Amino acid sequence: MALKVVIGLEMHCELKTISKVFSKSKNEYNDLPNRVVGPVDMAFPGTLPLLNKEAVKNSIKMAMCLNCTIPEVLIFDRKNYFYPDLPKGYQITQNTSPIGVNGKIEVEVGDELIPITIHDIHLEEDTASLDHYFDYSLIDYNRAGVPLLEIVTDPCIYSPDTAVAFLEHLRNIYKYTGASDADTKKGQIRCDVNVSLMEEGSNVLGTKVEVKNVNSFSNVHAAILYEIDRQTKLIESGCQDEIIQETRRWDDETLSTVRMREKVESVDYKYYVDPNIPKIKIDKKWLDEIKKEIPMLPLERKKLYIEKYNLPAYDAGVIIKTKENSDYFEECLNLGIDPKEAANWITSQIMGYLNKYNLEINEFYLTPQRLFKIIEPLNKGEISSKQAKELFFKVLEDEDEPEVLIKKYGMKQLDNDDELNKIITTILNNNKTQVEGYKAGKTNMFDYFVGQVMKETKGKANPVKVKEILLKNLV
Amino acid sequence: MLDDLRKKLSSGDDLIKESLAKAKNDKLDAFVTIIEDAKTENNAAILSGIPYVSKDNFSTKGILSTASSASLKDYIPFFDATVIQKLKDAGAVNIGKTVMDELGMGGSGTTGHTGAVKNPWDNERITGGSSSGSCAAVASGIVPFALGSDTGDSIRKPASYCGVVGYKPTYGMISRYGLFPFASSLDHVGVITTSVKDAAEVAGVIKGKDENDMTSWDSSNINLTSNLTGKVQNKKLFYIKEICENNYQDILEETNSTLKLFSDNLDKIRALGITVEEISIDKDLLDAIYPAYFTIASAEATSNMANLTGLIFGPRGKGKTAEEMMFDHRTNGFSPLIKRRFIIGSYVLRAENIEKYLFNSARVRKMITSKISDLFKNYDGMVLPASLSPAPRLNEKLPDYLKTEQYLAIANFGGFPSITIPSGFVNNMPVGINITSDIKDDENLLNIAYSIEETLSFKNQTIKGGK
Repeated sequence: MALKVVIGLEMHCELKTISKVFSKSKNEYNDLPNRVVGPVDMAFPGTLPLLNKEAVKNSIKMAMCLNCTIPEVLIFDRKNYFYPDLPKGYQITQNTSPIGVNGKIEVEVGDELIPITIHDIHLEEDTASLDHYFDYSLIDYNRAGVPLLEIVTDPCIYSPDTAVAFLEHLRNIYKYTGASDADTKKGQIRCDVNVSLMEEGSNVLGTKVEVKNVNSFSNVHAAILYEIDRQTKLIESGCQDEIIQETRRWDDETLSTVRMREKVESVDYKYYVDPNIPKIKIDKKWLDEIKKEIPMLPLERKKLYIEKYNLPAYDAGVIIKTKENSDYFEECLNLGIDPKEAANWITSQIMGYLNKYNLEINEFYLTPQRLFKIIEPLNKGEISSKQAKELFFKVLEDEDEPEVLIKKYGMKQLDNDDELNKIITTILNNNKTQVEGYKAGKTNMFDYFVGQVMKETKGKANPVKVKEILLKNLV
Repeated sequence: MLDDLRKKLSSGDDLIKESLAKAKNDKLDAFVTIIEDAKTENNAAILSGIPYVSKDNFSTKGILSTASSASLKDYIPFFDATVIQKLKDAGAVNIGKTVMDELGMGGSGTTGHTGAVKNPWDNERITGGSSSGSCAAVASGIVPFALGSDTGDSIRKPASYCGVVGYKPTYGMISRYGLFPFASSLDHVGVITTSVKDAAEVAGVIKGKDENDMTSWDSSNINLTSNLTGKVQNKKLFYIKEICENNYQDILEETNSTLKLFSDNLDKIRALGITVEEISIDKDLLDAIYPAYFTIASAEATSNMANLTGLIFGPRGKGKTAEEMMFDHRTNGFSPLIKRRFIIGSYVLRAENIEKYLFNSARVRKMITSKISDLFKNYDGMVLPASLSPAPRLNEKLPDYLKTEQYLAIANFGGFPSITIPSGFVNNMPVGINITSDIKDDENLLNIAYSIEETLSFKNQTIKGGK
């Protein structure tokens, strides 16, 4: 019997705001524990939540990007459970009326566009972080109260590649909108993955297994593959009943999923509406303003680059990979650089350099303005393309302006007729045999002469002029 | 009384020292903490040099704040509640933290971790609660005013039992930031005084929108003291027939007397030119107030007090794991009564029960609130006995109707402003009358109460308590 995997994802992402979601404490990453903590975050008696408008705004942006229905009224609920990382004994989240529901988005997987439906998006607070040692644990409240947006898909994903493509796409949208830095290295993204197997052609979902707290996309991929393998083996060996509804976790060391708890013993979270946060009507005008702040998203940009600027799909894909790259490209166009030329520079020289030195484009010394100052003299024939490439590296090496470096290194293209004539005459006089050969019909000797001129001029000679003069002298 | 005290102040009296001396002499067990080094810091503000006490569920910077619970027996906060800060700014001096029913849950004044508070009028009787020590301290003349909190009737009923004024303004007029929560949707900060004017003045000082409390609102257009004109001609009040008629099962003689006194007082009120009419409300709906209140309050309390784990503050529990430590703290930190409420609260919040219990209770709350709100379209307020008897005796076996007496919670359900003022005596024990008005109609409410206070003449009443 053919089996098909059905995947549902819950992606938690910390939002970018100045302060925490329900307190005035700073929302910032800090290596030192308990540095960005206030009385509200630690639930001292009498403290009350203060809803952060910016966090709501960022959540609404994401709900808009995922084409969700946004409710008219904001409601927050309490999710009640005891755990040492939860100071209040409850987490403020959204259960009654999440900030986005019934969303839909298309994700590019290879050449295909695959639709993904979003069950809901809800805004909540992060918990403190725990460090467990042999016979004690430490609690760091820096993370307690950091705004966390949870995006929940329907069980509508049918391959691990699609799952990862979706997550990468979402991370990109977070970065494009500025709603989050979406940095997995800082633990800003955590995923819960629901995996079940069903018979091909059936419409009955199999028993769902949840793998919680997977902290990288490659682990999401690995966890799904592991579960497919584990569950398939159980089904094929007739042990179908051993697949139970349970919560597992991904173990980095054994590269496997490990049982945490069975769903039957799961806690009842006793959700109810938080009486400390009044129901707030979401202003239509505000929604319009937020909508205007959302920049063009990656897939739209890609389409534009291909259709309007005639970029190859591959180049367009590389450029939209991050908003910073894409913004760099668009800034180049604003300066008047030809789209194809800009794309060539970005996908070859710039990407190569950034990858080699593990840099981000927004910390790259060679800004679009400086790139323009390299391309401009090249197109005017003032420098050769070889010189342009050299200049590119000199700018990065010396961290100085291209026009300054052109002078400093004498990067003028040699196109003075008299000078070139002199050089060419000397070369031809010194290569009599080759000239004879050429005249006898060995036309490929022409490139040899060009090469000699370039060697003599250290690549500075204007190749067009060199060819012209050579042709005249070789008649 | 505040005006008289200001005269004493200007003739050089140190009211703080006087109050501290009285507090140290207190025989009612009204105090968790007496702030012995309390002194006037700000000489130029409206309440400068005036002593007061606060219920022990207000966060006071550097001063023990226990909410009369063993779970917080050593908790010293590092920040002031907004109201404490406002009183400080206004020059008032906190001289003590008063005993309450543990965490606000209870109406007897007997469940605090330091023991029962005695009624100053008769030490064999309770004060009621949960603002027990605050009412006892004002009634026995230790301080002119006290801070209290009111979730079901926790200011207004003990005020009745102790013969003082207890006022809770409209929900959200006073910030709850720094008030240890019991049931957030029902909790109100309020004041206990010996006169309506003092209540208006102190509430006027502590009210206002607070950026730390999202449920607070801007009341700068409401001036609580300026409308105390005594002009009440053509005002209209109603009372609820089913509450005020004497057909309770196993009715006590003291209830009969209390209702008779109420009826007599209505005539005095009518004599002021106020119309008082009888309104009938479905008995079933009125009977549903107690269970609905109990359900909502317990559910919210369970969640609100889930922060009491001993991990961050309060005594650390014993155990090898965090879970064991929390378990130990919560096993030893609360009295059985509190645990019972938590269990009920947890039970009604369970997914399979929430519709039947909590949501139905919310429906009852809404039905009562809209019924009373509708009546407020035609009436300036609702007048009721503030309690159906004077303070019960300690360990007195009460008939069911007194055990479940909770109708003052109507004002908590709707967030209505509500005030109790002393209205006479039954068996030499004080009882009060309660008036409740529509939300944000506090000015009107206080003016009516002010006029009734004049005609009933129990203003500035105190008793030197303690045998």
